[in-house]
Amino acid sequence: MAKSPEEMYQERVKRVLDAATGKVPDRVPIVGPYELFPYNYAGVTIKEAMNDYDVANRACHKFLDDFQPDADFGPVLAYPAKPMEFLGVKWFKWAGHGLGDNIMYQFQEGEYMKGEEYDEFIFDPSHFMASKWLPRSFKALEGFSGFPPMRMMMWFGWTGLLPMFATPEMQQALQNAIEAGKQLGEWFASLGKYYGEIKQKGFPTAYGALSWPPFDIIGDTLRGTRGIMGDMIRRPDKLHKALEIATQLCIDYGSAAAGADLPLAWVWMHKGSEGFMSDEQYATFYWPYLKRAIEGMVANGCIVVIYCEGDDTSRLKYFVDVPKNKVVYHFAVMDMAKAKEMLHGIAAISGNVPNRLLLTGTPDDVKAYCKWLIDTVGKDGGYIMDTSALLDEAKPENVRAMFDFTREYGVYR
Amino acid sequence: MSDVAFTLLQGGLGVRNGAEMTAAVHYQGMRSDYDNGGSQMKQQLVDAIANMKEQEALQLAQQMLDAGVDPNEVLDAGREAMSVVGTRYDHKEYFLPELIVAGEMLKAIGELVKPKLRSAATEAAPIGKVVLGTVEGDIHDIGKDIVGFMLDVNNFQVIDLGVDVPAQRFVDALRESQAEVLGMSGFLTLAFDQMRVTVDAIKEAGLRDKVKIMIGGAPMDDEAARYIGADAFGADAAAAVKLAKQWMGGK
Repeated sequence: MAKSPEEMYQERVKRVLDAATGKVPDRVPIVGPYELFPYNYAGVTIKEAMNDYDVANRACHKFLDDFQPDADFGPVLAYPAKPMEFLGVKWFKWAGHGLGDNIMYQFQEGEYMKGEEYDEFIFDPSHFMASKWLPRSFKALEGFSGFPPMRMMMWFGWTGLLPMFATPEMQQALQNAIEAGKQLGEWFASLGKYYGEIKQKGFPTAYGALSWPPFDIIGDTLRGTRGIMGDMIRRPDKLHKALEIATQLCIDYGSAAAGADLPLAWVWMHKGSEGFMSDEQYATFYWPYLKRAIEGMVANGCIVVIYCEGDDTSRLKYFVDVPKNKVVYHFAVMDMAKAKEMLHGIAAISGNVPNRLLLTGTPDDVKAYCKWLIDTVGKDGGYIMDTSALLDEAKPENVRAMFDFTREYGVYR
Repeated sequence: MSDVAFTLLQGGLGVRNGAEMTAAVHYQGMRSDYDNGGSQMKQQLVDAIANMKEQEALQLAQQMLDAGVDPNEVLDAGREAMSVVGTRYDHKEYFLPELIVAGEMLKAIGELVKPKLRSAATEAAPIGKVVLGTVEGDIHDIGKDIVGFMLDVNNFQVIDLGVDVPAQRFVDALRESQAEVLGMSGFLTLAFDQMRVTVDAIKEAGLRDKVKIMIGGAPMDDEAARYIGADAFGADAAAAVKLAKQWMGGK
């Protein structure tokens, strides 16, 4: 007798949780965050998906129906173009806004916090974000440069500060923020609708929350890669203080996952991979804060997915030092056999099917690679099948080979 | 130090210093006579830059200029220091932080020297020309900039076309510069096909047998080089320099 969607849902949740916590599931689960691929597959451009939430939802439903992952990301990675256009986001280019119609969005790096502004950020991060970062990041919120320091509202401070909300520039910025908030509300409503629908079909949502390592919180959209790299040499003490703050932010972002059926907090690793910084710099500025953030999220009830996007082989010696069976390491470039050997019993592993193979290879190439992964890393559980990086262009038959082969060959007997 | 290095240092903001500085930094002409003190200071400046002592480096450069040392000597110290930094990067002692800070120090020293430069300097002959760029649709620049920086400190002339570079612009640049080497960078999967399109365009222009092509970027590998029709894949900037040198006949 065919299983009900409810039974399938519970089965999938258990399969992913078992693998994520180092147990042996019934078979190797397949879970992945995909960017362009579901839309390409459904025959719509990323521009269409970002501009019309129904289009995005339909495309993701088609992908879900045809490939049946064990947990689904849905359309969350097709960011909403309308509010982004309205706000005039300055550190991002996307389809129809600086990039072609079917090109994945990309960061436009810059220093949105200057090197000499660390003290200001450290003293009052919220005020820095309101009065500096928001106006620099969004054209429509430039009026927030006159945002009053809320910390000074006490006693009769408000008499001098509340008038700052009444300037024409601030009124305009506030109105823009309200309008953008409404537009974003529509997007979240559409996402919520999608996740409700897939639950009815028997599929869990793959993420509970999205977060970033403390170093990347400071590096990505505040200081930029070049800024933060130089800061390690020029102002290490200030960087350390900012990283303390970012550690708590990382925990707060991620801990929203607690309580979800799959309480997975995805942490996107950007600048800690090999090539960016030395082992000593990693041990000083990157890992200690990330480790504390992982411990914090785990203490709050999350399973943490560390999504590595580069070569992290030499970082394995740090990765072993985390709460047992509460962390999943996703690897892009990695000596997977060594990773299995070092992490077995400590943390689960996912990923590593090369995106290049899924684009330029054949289904047989893909099957051979997946077989090797299942035999090597999937042995005794603790492995989730996934691509190396967020999937964009790929041949559908190759992606199908990854799914079908894993379902067939990845069964634990 | 060429435009490429300055671009890296300047955070890709497009701040470029023009031919005058380029020539000056490449100055390898006659050394002026100066006493041991001057030569000692020069070595101290090389060490300060190479060892990431930013304040010290800027002070030393100013002191040298104030003491009447030939400004070209100051720039020469910068060039020597960059070579040390490049070697340490090759040996994986230095990474992005040091490349960026070293570059910015050199830029600042260049600004100090600029008003004192009287005569135009002669440029050392590069060992080869490399056209470099991130392919159309992709705006990632850091990897490309590091490759440009390392080629530059290894005495290649680098023609950096920037990011989001269409096939035709690569073809035009190759034709104009008659560069021996092309380096294409890409971070996104779209780069595989875009690089292939670019190689095809180079073939159609009749330039394929005149240029060696290397590719780099996170998703690239040897198999990608075959798919694209490039001559080789380089895993990092050191590999790119090695390939370029090899193709120039180990000059």
